[in-house]
Amino acid sequence: MLEQHIHDYFKNFPDSRGHFGPYGGRFVGETLMEAIYELEQAYQQYRDDPDFLAEMDKDLSTFVGRPSPLYLAENWTQKLGGAQIYLKREDLNHTGAHKVNNTIGQALLAKRMGKNRIIAETGAGQHGVATATVAARLGMECVVYMGAEDVERQAQNVYRMKLLGAQVIPVKSGSRTLKDALNEALRDWVTNVDDTFYIIGTVAGPHPYPAMVRDFQSVIGREAKQQVMEKTGKLPDALLACIGGGSNAIGLFYPFIEDESVAMYGVEGAGHGIETGQHSAPLSAGKPGVLHGNRTYLMQDENGEIIETHSISAGLDYPGVGPEHAWLKDIGRANYVSVTDDEALAAFHELTRTEGIIPALESSHALAYASKLAPTMSSDQTLVINLSGRGDKDMHTVAAMAGLNF
Amino acid sequence: MSRISQCFKSLKADGQTALIPYITAGDPEPWVTVPLLHALVDAGADIIELGIPFSDPMCDGPVIQKACERALKNDVSIKHVLKMVKQFREKNKETPIVLMGYANPIEAMGYQNFAELAKDAGVDGVLTVDVPPEESDEFRQIMDEHEIDTIYLVAPTTSPERMATIASFARGFIYYVSIKGVTGAAALDVSEVSQKLAQLRDKTQLPLGVGFGIRDGKSAAAVSEIADAVVVGSTLVRCIEEHADKLDELPAAVAGLLAEMRHAINARDLASA
Repeated sequence: MLEQHIHDYFKNFPDSRGHFGPYGGRFVGETLMEAIYELEQAYQQYRDDPDFLAEMDKDLSTFVGRPSPLYLAENWTQKLGGAQIYLKREDLNHTGAHKVNNTIGQALLAKRMGKNRIIAETGAGQHGVATATVAARLGMECVVYMGAEDVERQAQNVYRMKLLGAQVIPVKSGSRTLKDALNEALRDWVTNVDDTFYIIGTVAGPHPYPAMVRDFQSVIGREAKQQVMEKTGKLPDALLACIGGGSNAIGLFYPFIEDESVAMYGVEGAGHGIETGQHSAPLSAGKPGVLHGNRTYLMQDENGEIIETHSISAGLDYPGVGPEHAWLKDIGRANYVSVTDDEALAAFHELTRTEGIIPALESSHALAYASKLAPTMSSDQTLVINLSGRGDKDMHTVAAMAGLNF
Repeated sequence: MSRISQCFKSLKADGQTALIPYITAGDPEPWVTVPLLHALVDAGADIIELGIPFSDPMCDGPVIQKACERALKNDVSIKHVLKMVKQFREKNKETPIVLMGYANPIEAMGYQNFAELAKDAGVDGVLTVDVPPEESDEFRQIMDEHEIDTIYLVAPTTSPERMATIASFARGFIYYVSIKGVTGAAALDVSEVSQKLAQLRDKTQLPLGVGFGIRDGKSAAAVSEIADAVVVGSTLVRCIEEHADKLDELPAAVAGLLAEMRHAINARDLASA
């Protein structure tokens, strides 16, 4: 089964209707259907357009600071006593995470489509900041929807977005978190569909978003592949990344999918523990369903109602996951595992002390699983972790865990 | 012929426009729903759209969002909704019921299972707002096998080519969404809607319903001028919300609102007869 699907994977997935096997698709209200076809057409037109790609490359290089380095974490490697651990330093990007790779791509596309109003949803605020940043630079109107609960938890990012000229709208419906912000952004889009471009922050939503966001984020994996080959002369043995919606993970994994010798691990947030039900691990503990434009694994009750999630990191606190991950799980190409809040927090401190790098709590989930995996591997093997963001935004969360308040 | 087609046929023979109220099942209390359905029929409903509550109603405005939240607070699930229809059918065999909602509760139940239970309960049609024709091959086939009409939406943004595709998939009637936006948002523009309906009539023989933006007798009558059915939702649901603490007055209040629209439509139908 695996070999059959991996052969010509790049050509076959998604299919022309945006399906990854049974997952993905276009599940939106009729009013948005023409808009997503229009987007798909524009994306098809520009994805291979030399001018578009040149403009994007220039921004990625001089505005974002790419290529991001591949860093050998020597101290940590030695301490764990196994595989050589490399960190893909997305934390060094402008705005502090991988999110900006995608917002630049989509904003440039919006500009070419003549849409001058940008909307976005955000959880922790990273995607909102990355969107507000490119909107400021391109002189576009920007509206960011954010769960009212998250607005309170992430006051600093809210202020950053406002400084950048974005309007931040707190969403007070439902669970007042990321999924409700997505609902509200979709409601805005349906109302202002003529002049508005919706920049989705992850590899979810209706086709073409999962494929388009993946393509924009794949710069991570393309660079990593070249860098690791230069440094070690061979492909890595394993890739690790945290999974909320899954954009940083697919960005790292995608260029390696047809390289079957490379193992892939997507690490979900197990929150207080999978067994407690308080987690955000749909691939580990959910089942397939339809939400926010695509069919994928979801956290839901037996009646198909979406249930509230929990994670120490707001960026993972989402009940769904990109449909391509659902497919990679089912065909057995990637492994999906989970680590708890406590394990992620321990890894956060560990990397900070041993390497002098403060990671985002999201990325700390990948680090926590690496600390279990690396010792089972030999020293001539290599492991690449996507350090998807920096931890500056998490100071107050980590301090609060230690009983401190700023 | 399905109960929905039958209903439209006899209304047409009488020169009447169908009136289709929407309420969310289980809002504000589960036991209110079945008596309210009967009250709506008494007030002049020809077909009823019964909403399946969903945790993430992304095509709905705040009024129906809150209705979903009230229903879910009472743990009203898709299974309960089907039981309500079955109970309604004990006393009413004529009025078609269309279930309206989102894909996931039906996905969770399984298409086959849902179709069997819905048929058994006496459901006549189903409209899943986040499932366009492109994604509903299997669903439509199973609903066809169970003689349940799959209702589809057409929007102001829908191109003429797409209208033709939708028309080829649609059963029962086609629901024209009169505005770009969510339920309960803005007032509709009758002349704009009229142009779109004319385009749509070129592609289909099915009756055309118009919903979104109808809030009183006047707008209902104006729409009845151009459509085969007038769908009204948020206005009624807002009335339900206002009576959430006065449940004994609720059915009469909601029925009163609907009756006003019925009278306005009838007066218009008569005038044009």
